[in-house]
Amino acid sequence: MIGGLLAAARPGFSIPDVHELFEYKHCFVGSGFLCVNRVALLIFLATIAIFLLFLFAFRAPSLIPTGSQNVLEAFIQFVHEQLVLDVIGHAGVAYTPYLATLFIFVFFTSVIEVIPGLQFPATSRMAIPAFLALLTWVIFNAAGIRAKGWGGYLKGVLFPPGVPKALYIIVAPIELVSTLIFRPFTLALRLFANLFAGHLLLTIFYLGTAYLLQPSITALFAGASLLMAIFLTGLEIFVAILQAYVFTILTAVYIAGAISAEH
Amino acid sequence: MGHMVATVVALVAAISGNVGLIGYGLAAVGPGIGIGYMVGKSVESIARQPEAAAQVRATMFIGIAFTDILTLLAFVLAFILK
Repeated sequence: MIGGLLAAARPGFSIPDVHELFEYKHCFVGSGFLCVNRVALLIFLATIAIFLLFLFAFRAPSLIPTGSQNVLEAFIQFVHEQLVLDVIGHAGVAYTPYLATLFIFVFFTSVIEVIPGLQFPATSRMAIPAFLALLTWVIFNAAGIRAKGWGGYLKGVLFPPGVPKALYIIVAPIELVSTLIFRPFTLALRLFANLFAGHLLLTIFYLGTAYLLQPSITALFAGASLLMAIFLTGLEIFVAILQAYVFTILTAVYIAGAISAEH
Repeated sequence: MGHMVATVVALVAAISGNVGLIGYGLAAVGPGIGIGYMVGKSVESIARQPEAAAQVRATMFIGIAFTDILTLLAFVLAFILK
């Protein structure tokens, strides 16, 4: 009965359609294929922010790092030791710049989700994760081909060691599809879906808070919704770091698998 | 018994809206159990061998990444297949 009374007072709570939330039709510059909409603008912004950050930190590098130089050196060291040396080994040192760039780019384009005024994760549009995954796909395949040659690499993909000979009839096609199609596909989808879900969650709880705050008995519950929204903002910062880490470490694992010698 | 089955069938038929969300709920069960098991085992091995923590943690995250994609697939499909 109470529910009926509340519902009668005003229209029910509804969140905007997914298309409305994620598609920006308005072009600031250009049109059609070369449209610079809000998402493209945010990517430019993230790129400029990364550029300025590194420029500022390393414009006058000192032997004893302080401040921003210290933070970024710790970050590069983390990528170098945890992601390159531990996963790929010394053969992977050449990939440190790519992995570090990938990590910081994914992090910046994701974390704008919680920055007031911007609040849209550019990585929740499939094109960006898809392009990054394609780049990773090209790099790990090229690394494998360069390390073992076309025949050697394809043999490594199709016939993983330690499998009974007769089973290769089943294993070889699975390995081929898994390496060449599922790897880049899942890599892109994981990043996309995490940020997509995160943006939806934040939208629901902030709009829910605004809806509950209308002068009515429901205003008592707005605090709970706001608390949840604040908690989710913290969670999304963690998700941005975690997804950048997962994307980078999987890239490292794929490169390691491509260039490692057969056992 | 027959009456109950008829009720359940009528209930299922009465569900309207995005059925993909039920699929998402079902797809969240398996990876949920899997990730819980995986993290639990990782905590166990880190507690036993703290010096191997970095390696265990990295492997755990890779395992989680491979598992949670199953749920994420269902989540995306729930939006695509309306």
